[in-house]
Amino acid sequence: MDFLRPASWEEALAAKAEHPAAVPIAGGTDIMVEINFDHRRPEHLLDLNRITELSEWEVGGESVRLGASVPYTRIMEDLRTELPGLALASHTVASPQIRNRGGVGGNLGTASPAGDAHPALLAAGAEVEAESVRGSRLIPIDAFYTGVKRNALAPDELIRAVHVKKADGPQQYAKVGTRNAMVIAVCAFGIALHPGTRTVRTGIGSAAPTPVRAEAAEEFLSAALEEGGCWDSGGAITPSVAKRFAELASGACNPIDDVRGTARYRRHAVGIMARRTLGWTWEQYRRSGRTLEGAA
Amino acid sequence: MTMRVNFTVNGRQQQADDVWEGESLLYVLRERLGLPGSKNACEQGECGSCTVRLDGVPVCSCLVAAGQVEGRDVVTVEGLADFARQRAEHGHGGRQRAEHGHGGCATGACGTPLQEARRWSAGGTDSQTGEGAELSPVQQAFIDAGAVQCGFCTPGLLVAADELLERNASPSDADIREALSGNLCRCTGYEKILDAVRLAAARQGEAV
Repeated sequence: MDFLRPASWEEALAAKAEHPAAVPIAGGTDIMVEINFDHRRPEHLLDLNRITELSEWEVGGESVRLGASVPYTRIMEDLRTELPGLALASHTVASPQIRNRGGVGGNLGTASPAGDAHPALLAAGAEVEAESVRGSRLIPIDAFYTGVKRNALAPDELIRAVHVKKADGPQQYAKVGTRNAMVIAVCAFGIALHPGTRTVRTGIGSAAPTPVRAEAAEEFLSAALEEGGCWDSGGAITPSVAKRFAELASGACNPIDDVRGTARYRRHAVGIMARRTLGWTWEQYRRSGRTLEGAA
Repeated sequence: MTMRVNFTVNGRQQQADDVWEGESLLYVLRERLGLPGSKNACEQGECGSCTVRLDGVPVCSCLVAAGQVEGRDVVTVEGLADFARQRAEHGHGGRQRAEHGHGGCATGACGTPLQEARRWSAGGTDSQTGEGAELSPVQQAFIDAGAVQCGFCTPGLLVAADELLERNASPSDADIREALSGNLCRCTGYEKILDAVRLAAARQGEAV
């Protein structure tokens, strides 16, 4: 095994080009477990800790450019206003020690369907900034997850940042597990209201081979809100609309039975989370005087 | 292939040789530097027994690759008493201290030498009360509150609790629970541990 320690982003890209099978290590909270348990012996480890810009973020007009290694602790504490859904999701990651090291780049690189950030990224709307010596590109989050623990990155690419849309309305995140801390999701659900475009976006974690959006549920709800004039009136969402939204969210799942839960339980729980988080966000939207401010 | 890693441990410059590239910081501390205070239990970041400060930040040392600590600053439970004393005297906590960068303390007067750290024990002249040993306030509080049973989780809890009290002088119960949520204890049921942190916080408040 070789331990590569690039001092700059350019050096990191060059190293990845030279050794496409090199495994990037930033927080180490995924890869070190695999190495400690002898599940993986990469020929090259590519340490990204010296590249300081990966731990920085920039708040722009439309979105936040979040460096791949910004620790979850920083997202929770410093980006609550701009990225409320992702901040809530970050707070459910493992423990303080893990949140101090792990970041969204690792979640995206590992691309586990159970990664906590994914539903929030799908709901907010995001693009993954991937770069190689050949150049840089933005991959829409909807096209990023390609299979169980597979993503759209080319072998020579590294994740530089993720561009997450700043909240233009309330966002929520819910996760089912056996306890609050140190738990991998049985399933998870993220929702973001976008009053600016009068749309609703969602994300489902751990209930399909990849993180997915509940697109039929989104379309149904957006149409129902439009039809009822709810975005302007702030009118209540009827129980039948909430119920249908939950059923469609549940229907977007394609889960499996495993040690953490059955497929049936996951479908059920996703429906419950969809209904609850819709209730929370919509109440917040109504109470907030329908401003465009997001809040967690 | 192996490598050499230079980093600061408990305020003193250290060098570890023959380090395998996939090795964890925890392994380097325990097996190469002879500092067994940080415990090796789950090796997957679940239990917190190996918690140390890395540039001031609490992390699971089992999930930090040894090569990642080159030039950085680590505090282990063996150095916690000195670390807390220096913080009280000079007001430099972990984050400020990390800014000293390479070499830790400029004068070399602070920090815990490796030989001392290896011999460190909470025993003193009376292991029941901690009498005669130099303890950090949080260590003394753990003894006084009866928060130690088998002791395996204790080093990680001490490092995590000390960091909590450094940034939050009067934590609520919810703050304490959250700060310690990454540290598992299978003996105490946590009540005595919570008592100990409350006690340390109360004493810290009285001292100010």
